Amino acid sequence: MIHIEDYIPIVGQATVEELGLLADRLRGKAIQNINSTAVGGGVAEILSRMIPLLSQLGVSAAWDVIKGDEKFFAVTKKFHNGLHGVPVEIDAGEYAHFLEVNRYNAEQIRFGDIVFVHDPQPIALVEKRGAIGKNWLWRCHIDFSRPDPKIWEFLRQFIPRYDAAVFSAPAFSQKLPIPQVLIAPSIDPLGDKNKELDEPTIDAVFARFGIDRSRPVVTQISRFDYLKDPVGVIKAYKMAKEHVDMQLVLAGGGATDDPEGPIIMEQVRREAEKDKDIFVLFLPPASDIEINALQRGSTVILQKSLKEGFGLTVSEALWKGKPTIAGAVGGIPLQIAHKYSGILTHSIEGTAQWIKQLISAPEYARKLGINGKEHIRNNFLITRHVKDYLLLFLSLFNEGDVVYL
Amino acid sequence: MEAFQFFTKLDQTLLLGLRARTIEELLTGIRSVPDASIYFHTHRFLQQHHFLSPEPPNDFAYWVTNVMGDDALAERLWSVDPVRFNGISGLREKLIGVLESHLASTERRIECAAGEEFHFMACKTFVVPTGHSARTLGEFAELVSKVSINSVYFHVFDAKMRLKSGENDFSRWFRDQGKIALANETRRLDPYSFTLDGLRRQIVALVMKYDSH
Repeated sequence: MIHIEDYIPIVGQATVEELGLLADRLRGKAIQNINSTAVGGGVAEILSRMIPLLSQLGVSAAWDVIKGDEKFFAVTKKFHNGLHGVPVEIDAGEYAHFLEVNRYNAEQIRFGDIVFVHDPQPIALVEKRGAIGKNWLWRCHIDFSRPDPKIWEFLRQFIPRYDAAVFSAPAFSQKLPIPQVLIAPSIDPLGDKNKELDEPTIDAVFARFGIDRSRPVVTQISRFDYLKDPVGVIKAYKMAKEHVDMQLVLAGGGATDDPEGPIIMEQVRREAEKDKDIFVLFLPPASDIEINALQRGSTVILQKSLKEGFGLTVSEALWKGKPTIAGAVGGIPLQIAHKYSGILTHSIEGTAQWIKQLISAPEYARKLGINGKEHIRNNFLITRHVKDYLLLFLSLFNEGDVVYL
Repeated sequence: MEAFQFFTKLDQTLLLGLRARTIEELLTGIRSVPDASIYFHTHRFLQQHHFLSPEPPNDFAYWVTNVMGDDALAERLWSVDPVRFNGISGLREKLIGVLESHLASTERRIECAAGEEFHFMACKTFVVPTGHSARTLGEFAELVSKVSINSVYFHVFDAKMRLKSGENDFSRWFRDQGKIALANETRRLDPYSFTLDGLRRQIVALVMKYDSH
């Protein structure tokens, strides 16, 4: 089991000490996280790492999962798609069922002092507030920049009943009558996807896939869906390859439920068949070490997304000190300050030009990588995430712009 | 001799739900947002990128360069030097002045691309005693090397806004100890022209120099 002190060599003694100073001031408060799934998905992953660290710091933190039937999760799936811009129809019966399931759960749960509700599925639990009091926080983990107006209208009735709402990127904030807090997601530098790997391990992964480490390698790790623009990545690679030698690695899970997914995958596969220097790797879910090795062994990392929630693969790449070129969308500009800690692009041509530049100017690329790693160390590791959660809880009991604890 | 108590500060980032798509909207926002927002946007870059070269552009200048593509205006915003202001209101007035004179001097009005709006944010600051205190310059030098960069930041940058006398917490303590030359040199440092680690090293070097006198 990972211990909070294991992070000292990475972020420094003083940073971990500061977490302890904040945690000391939350003694006696029971914090209860509530979401809709115990395994799978980003929220469950964050909670499963965060809860033990909070507990080690002496904060009483628990995690409950609401129960729902198939119909309930079909409705919440529609919410999810609708909030991401996919047209959906939700009828009055479905809204009623959503409320019914939330009310049933509200009767079963024993609420802590601070009720920390994650995502839309359990959002209506806050109806219970009138009867039991407590402090309530709502954490929205998903892209909320252009929510479907009808779904937003439905969810919006619950939000003002919370003490504060938390979003992952500035673009997701809305005009709301309650305070809104920015808490970006984070990566765990001690997890398999990000921990240090020795050279033989990296070599073995590259050898297994037949990739030549003696030549430049440009890599994008992402799902094969339209929004990650794998076809655009191949086009940029071809343009850049007219000037510099390189191999291209596209690695990730299979298509999502995006209807265009299979078409995109077929296009990618066809392009790859024509060029022996393009490696398309369909990785199974438990491939964290492989992803880690591919990132560490690459010369340049791409994340040429057209739309992005937060885009944590950018943090993963930067943490490995890799020069990274990424689309200026979603949370990516928070992770990359253009030409300081990476490169932000807006087009296939621009991406091609920067691939060429970074391969041709390794010293500049190395400097970007060093800066990128420091930026992630200071802003996107799990210790920063823990700090933000502690401050969020403390803000419930302390008003004003400056608080002396 | 009164000991120097090291504090640290930790910021919570607040979203104001207010965004700008044009220079005019940026000006409207700068006029209306709370002081904590002006402070945030003129100091965030320094805190988040403190390891970089000593070039602390404010968020306004960064957006004007990288999104609006107006280098001349960005340079004018960038050169609004926070070191010359003891409080937020003067800083805000200066930024407003730059934007107003820019808008009066040009007919050019453009809107940024969708998704690249300027988002106004602010911060809530939590100040916590670290439990570390120094009674001598030797102890001070040792501890200032050890505390987090947030602590150095609090005692130098926040102190300047708090004390409003050009003094920072370190220089004030040195003065109270009768170390007037050290106090004056520390006060004269332009903290905005160092990286935070560079600033820390500079302070340690000054203390060592005067401690041996």
